[in-house]
Formats: sequence, structure tokens, C-alpha cells
Amino acid sequence: MSILSGDPPRGRALQILLILIVLALAGAPFLFHGAKPLNVAAKTCVMILLVASYDVLLGYAGIVSFAHVMFFGVGAYGVGVMLYALGASWGALLLGLVVAAVLSLALALAIGLFSLRVQSIFFAMVTLAVAYAFNVLASQLSWLTGGEDGRSFKVPGVLQPSFRLVRDKVFGVAITGKILSYYLVFAVVVIAFLVLLRVVNSPFGRVLQAIRENPFRAEALGYRIVFHRTLATCLSALGATLAGALFSLWLRYVGPDTALSFSIQVDVLVMVVVGGMGSLYGAIIGAALFVFAESYLQDVMAGLSQAAADARLPLLPALLHPDRWLLWLGLAFVLAVYFAPSGIVGALKADDAKRS
Amino acid sequence: MSALDVGQALPRRRMEVLPALTPLLVALVAAPFIGSLSTFVTLTAAGLAMGMMIFTMASGLTLVFGMMDVLNFGHGAFIALGAYAASLVLLPLANWSSADSFWANLAVFILAALAAAVISGAFGFVFERLIVKPVYGQHLKQILATIGGAIIAEQLLYALFGPAQIPLTLPRTFEGSFVFGDAAIEKYRVLATLVGLAVFAGEMLVLNRTRIGLLVRAGVENREMVEALGYRVDRLFVAVFMAGSALAGLGGAMMALYRGQAHGSMGGEFLVLCFIVIIIGGLGSVGGSFIASILVALIANYAGFLVPKLALVSNILAMVVVLLWRPRGLYPVSGR
Repeated sequence: MSILSGDPPRGRALQILLILIVLALAGAPFLFHGAKPLNVAAKTCVMILLVASYDVLLGYAGIVSFAHVMFFGVGAYGVGVMLYALGASWGALLLGLVVAAVLSLALALAIGLFSLRVQSIFFAMVTLAVAYAFNVLASQLSWLTGGEDGRSFKVPGVLQPSFRLVRDKVFGVAITGKILSYYLVFAVVVIAFLVLLRVVNSPFGRVLQAIRENPFRAEALGYRIVFHRTLATCLSALGATLAGALFSLWLRYVGPDTALSFSIQVDVLVMVVVGGMGSLYGAIIGAALFVFAESYLQDVMAGLSQAAADARLPLLPALLHPDRWLLWLGLAFVLAVYFAPSGIVGALKADDAKRS
Repeated sequence: MSALDVGQALPRRRMEVLPALTPLLVALVAAPFIGSLSTFVTLTAAGLAMGMMIFTMASGLTLVFGMMDVLNFGHGAFIALGAYAASLVLLPLANWSSADSFWANLAVFILAALAAAVISGAFGFVFERLIVKPVYGQHLKQILATIGGAIIAEQLLYALFGPAQIPLTLPRTFEGSFVFGDAAIEKYRVLATLVGLAVFAGEMLVLNRTRIGLLVRAGVENREMVEALGYRVDRLFVAVFMAGSALAGLGGAMMALYRGQAHGSMGGEFLVLCFIVIIIGGLGSVGGSFIASILVALIANYAGFLVPKLALVSNILAMVVVLLWRPRGLYPVSGR
């Protein structure tokens, strides 16, 4: 299994779940009809990359960063602003991607070198402050970023919804630019995920885990901690930048709410922890579960809330209100931190180990 | 005099003066650029008041970190809770606020502040027992668990108080400004400064002059030793956590009154500011966070007047500059 870098998912239940998710994502445009399922699938893909790149930092290197969404935003704005300013062309797209990657690298390097020398807790606070400042900055520099309104832009012709690849329908679905851009997102995410899997299973990844477990000992063995941690920060920043670029390309819009808001950072944390820290496959499960819940749990909650209101129960209608869905995920998050530190992946693995 | 002279007091650790003077230096440097004296006075007074409110919130955070080695990402939730708790007093007693009597106005303010502190403190007890206690000593889990706690708390606040902003009105006595020549100083800012100074004085007194303060300071330096001497450090922990939460609630209530509204999003906003302040001040140092709050607020105010675009990132810049000068903050706590 060299394509999986010798680290295939372990446990039958986990394998089946993962195969189902990947198949559903691969066939999304043909399996489910309508705009909403395709949006959900695309968002899931993007989140998988975002969460996986975050897991490299949190799960493998044991570093808590709150600036991950900042890098996501850099990618989204890089592509968005360039396509808006230079018009819809592949050149502008590429230029935006390169500029964003360079900016992300510079930021990650600066933050890493500045604050990774001290305790990890210090890094957490500094990234939080920097991300907050960046957020404010992006919404204030409205000549560049469009401020609170963000920017809507055109994408290259092949990816526009009006484009048709072939005149006839394939399996009853017209092959529009929207579907092509979905497969662009999907393909890039698959490749990037495999690259990240390669990274964490490389000697470099092993050193990261060693540093996570015992920094003092790793240093005594001759590994430079600051170097490894900073490199991990840079790699994960690049992953997030790519995810951001894909997301704004898919939405054909970039704005503070979709690319920079702090709530995305919280969502990413929830996805990593619930899916399983320290295993990239956790990112797939966490992201799929979260995005699915975000898109469909609210309908269920609205029904329950209505039922509770009809039964005249106190407080329950407010607690079950669709806008309060994060409350329940927060609860799941805390329970996962206490009782299942390796998340769903860990739970499925443990089940399998018991049986065999 | 022999080295064993028992009656002699222990040599006091010399306090460095320069870090404490930084706010003054900043004010002196900024003054010529601002030009007009009245503007300078207004800006400085506003900065001091803002600094005192920030200090009230941040000192709770730094106290908890210094004492328990817990970085509480849920601190913001207590700030928001304090704001909502104040609204519980201010809204029913609206006619006290609008009354023409100084004493009624003062009473409603004190009641609101007390309610904020007590409710936040009580909730702090629950938070410590449920969220923080299981993960003492594990930094990564602590950060995650307190963030989870913060998410839950914020959502609960929205569920209880509704997602909309709750408008608050200042008691009548504290509306308007004192005017000295051209300089205008809002009355409420004076009140906020007084409350902040009282909080600082109270904390300093308790920490330096009482037995509990002695134990807390000893616990910051060396927890195991205090335990070995037979003190229940975990009970002390709960007390400190409740005090820290109560301070957050008090600061939140004052800030909500100043802004004229209470909303859950205040929590996250001021949590970031609190982090910046306690990093600048030196993690765990109450005195450091006092200086740092004033410093940050003054810089933000001056920058907002001189170069408005820069004001947004002035906090971060201040933090970077201070850390380049003193990598562990203005007043580093030993052992951290």
C-alpha cells in the first residue's frame, strides 16, 4: 500500500466507514442530485484537507495553534483577490496561489520562530492574538479585500456553471463547470491528503511524534526542536492555504465569514478532536461527520425543538433551537477530550482490537 | 550582625522600576505628536479607564494561570456571563437607574457589579469541577477542554438570554462628562478607573498581607512544597478559580455598561485582549498585568488618534516589541 505510505487505516469498521465516505464523495455529483448535496460534498472535501493539515500540527506535533484559519483565509483571499483584480484566467489563479503560499510561509515562519522557542501554551496565545489581528485587518482593508462584504469573482471559463463539457447528459447528469470544479477540488484534496500522509509517516513525522511525547529527550538525541516544530507549522500552513484557495474557487466568493471567522477555527478543532487526533484518517471522519451534521442536524433539531415547544417543556425548545447545534457538538467535543482522546478513529480501532 | 539574626526581616526582592514606567514613557513620547493638551488629557483619561477595565478581566486570568498553571480559554465566557448578569439587575431596576438620586444610581451600579461577580464566581466553581479538574497538569487537554467549555457556556448563554444584544443604560449620575477647560472626561470612565484601582489594591493587599495570599503566592512558586506542609492546595485552587471568574464577571459587567449593551460575542473579543495583556505583563504576575493593561489601552488610544489604521494591530505590535525587549514579559514570575 505504498500509495498510503504504509499507513493504511486499521480496523474493519474504520475501513468500511472510510471507503463509504470516499466513495460517496467521489460519486457525489452522480449519486445525489441538486445543489445542496454537491455543496455539502465540496465543503467536506475542503474541510478534510483543512483538518488533516491541522492534525499534522495538533495530533502529530502536539502544538495548539489558533492561526490555522488565518492561513485558510490567506489562501482564500489570495485566489479571490487575484481573480477579482486580474479577471478570470488560469494565470491569475496560479499567481494568487503562489502569492498566498509565500505569504503563508512567511507568516508561519515568523510566528514559529518567534514563539515556538517557549512553551506550547505561549504559542497558542500568540497565534490567537495574531489571527484576531489578521481578521480585523482583512475586514478593514476594504480596498483590497472588499471588507465585510467580501469579493465575488468569476472563475476561469471551464469551471463556470454555464460551461458544458459534453452536450449529452452522463448518467442523467449534465456535466457542467460546477461538476468539473467539484472534481478539481476532489482531486487536489486527494493528492494533498496523500502527500500529508507521506509526510507524517516519513522520518520527519516520526521526529515530530517523538518531540510531542518527550521534547527533552528528542533534543538530547540531537533533533533541533524549534526547527522541526517550525517546519511542521509551515507545512500545515501550506495545507490550509491550499484548502482556502479551493474553497474560494468553489464558492466563487471570498469574505470574512467564509474564510476567516474564528468560528471556523473552533469547527476545525471540534472536527480534529471528534474524528481523532494523531491519525489523518480522523480528519476524513471528523470533517464528514461535522459538515453533515452542520447541514442536516439543524433540520432535525428544528423538529425536536418544535416538538418540545408543543409539549410545553421549559428551556428545552431554546436548547434544541437549530442555531444552538454547536452546543451539542461542544458537549461531544468535551466528552471526546475526556473519554476518547483518539476520537472516533481510536474508538473503532479499540473495538477491532478487542474482537481479534 | 550575624547571618543568623532571627529578628531581621527577610531581604525583599528588589522590584525593577523601568517596566513599571513604560506607560508613562509611552505617554511622554506620544504627547508631542498629539499636540493639543486637552486632547491628550482626554485620550489619556480614556486610556486609563479602559486599561482598568481590561485589568479587572485580565488579572483573573493571570491569577488562575500563575496559581494553577491552567490557561483558561473559557475565561471569555465569564466575561460575557458577567455582562448578562449585570443586565439581570439593571433591567428590573431601571427606575433606580433613571431616578434623580445619586444614592439610588450608585446602589444599582453596586448591585449590578456584585451580581456579576457572584454569579460568575459561582459558575466558576461549576466550571472548575466539571471541566478543569479532570485535566490538571496536561496542557494540551486543558486548552481543548476549556475551549469546549467555552463553546458550551456561550451557547447556553444564547439559549438563556436570546441571541440578540441586550441594551443597557448607564445610571443617570454617571452619564455625561466632567469638563476641564477643553478636556472632557466621561464620568463613567472615572468610576471605572476607581473600581479598577480598588480591585488592584484589594488584590495586592490580599496577596501580600494575608495568610491566604501567602499560600497562593507560595503555591505559585512551588506547589508540592505547600502540599507537603499540609495545606489543601486543591481547595485553594477552587477558591482562586472562583475569584478569577468573579473578576472576569465584574470586568465584563463594567465593559457592558460602558458599551451600553451585553452580548455573548464580548467573551471572545476580550479574551484575546486579556491574553495579550498577560503575555506582556508576564504570565502569572498581577502587578505585571496591571502595568500591561494600562500600556495596551494607552497605546491603542494614542494610535487610534494618530494613525487610525495602525490602531487595529497596535496591541500585537506592543506585544512583539515588549517581548523582544523582555522575552518573558514585563515582570516574569520565577519558575515559569
